[in-house]
Amino acid sequence: MAVATPISVTALIRLGKLRPDRVAVEVNGLIVPRAQRDTRQLNDGDSVEIVSFVQGG
Amino acid sequence: MTIHSSNPHAGHLLTPASAAASPGAAPASAGTATPAGAGPDSGVPSRTSPDGADGSARPTPGKDPLMLRGHAFDSRFILGSGRYDLHLIKAAIDNAGAQIVTMALRRCMTTDNNVLDYIPGEVTILPNTSGARNARDAVRIARLAREVCGTDFVKVEIEHETRYLLPDNAETIKATRILSKEGFVVMPYMFPDPLAAKALEEAGAACIMPLGSMIGSNRGLRMRDFIEIIIANAHVPVIIDAGIGRPSQAAQAMEMGADAVMAYTAIAGARNIPLMARSFGHAVSAGREAYLSGLGAVTTGRAVPSSPTDVNGYLH
Repeated sequence: MAVATPISVTALIRLGKLRPDRVAVEVNGLIVPRAQRDTRQLNDGDSVEIVSFVQGG
Repeated sequence: MTIHSSNPHAGHLLTPASAAASPGAAPASAGTATPAGAGPDSGVPSRTSPDGADGSARPTPGKDPLMLRGHAFDSRFILGSGRYDLHLIKAAIDNAGAQIVTMALRRCMTTDNNVLDYIPGEVTILPNTSGARNARDAVRIARLAREVCGTDFVKVEIEHETRYLLPDNAETIKATRILSKEGFVVMPYMFPDPLAAKALEEAGAACIMPLGSMIGSNRGLRMRDFIEIIIANAHVPVIIDAGIGRPSQAAQAMEMGADAVMAYTAIAGARNIPLMARSFGHAVSAGREAYLSGLGAVTTGRAVPSSPTDVNGYLH
């Protein structure tokens, strides 16, 4: 999936219609802490992982 | 910018490790992570049995807690949240009396019907690191899980084949060392090698979680002899994880001195899931109480009379 950049992590979560309290976001292999989601801008070439819990174990 | 999308065939969060330096290469010191010792002040129940001389029939509620790195739990049954209907999770938790429930971390497509919405607030979430193939993957997943829900608990499981799903003890020890230094309550799933159990303890594990038999096999305590050695030498709780297929096997594990049992498949495979969950809860409690009360001796080749044997009292 590709999106227009720059975009903040918060805006990306909103774009994906995801609940911010249910996900963790990793950019280029590093976690973006909740407190930095508003300010962390994503640029072209950044690799983003968004994860959440599922049933398991 | 690339957002990784879920691959329904892979099912795993993580792709093969890149050539980048591995965090698994961190210094090998056990750091400040001291396993909770089994002493009078540690909160870890003594392995000696109370004599019940005061006539009390059961452990005082709250006085026989399962201690995991300073966290106390009354329940000694850990439930897997597995693959059953989301609406059954709460019923299973309630019926089993479970206070700890495992879940997995995966790439997120939607947060609708999120599993966390189905877990009662007082239940401790135990994220697992399923999908991790080495220590580096497991550390990454644990950190992400902590970011999602703020929990320090993590069940480290590292597997790299899918037929037997056997845990890699060496990588698990590495991950345990790193994560325990970062303040995680590390609960490592392991193959019951007593030497590895010792190493995990030294690496800061909050407990040891040996498999009874293969995951999901319902084959019970096939590794019993080695689990007994682990229990006899452990200074942290030993929790039997994997393979427990029926309540009697859970009771057996507790009778032999396991501190807790984890199960999922055995419950999910039942026709009546809440009822089987309840049965497991009873079995774990029964086994624990049997262990605490001290089991009688087993004899071979002779009977032990249970009625008076004074010949003058016989009617012949």
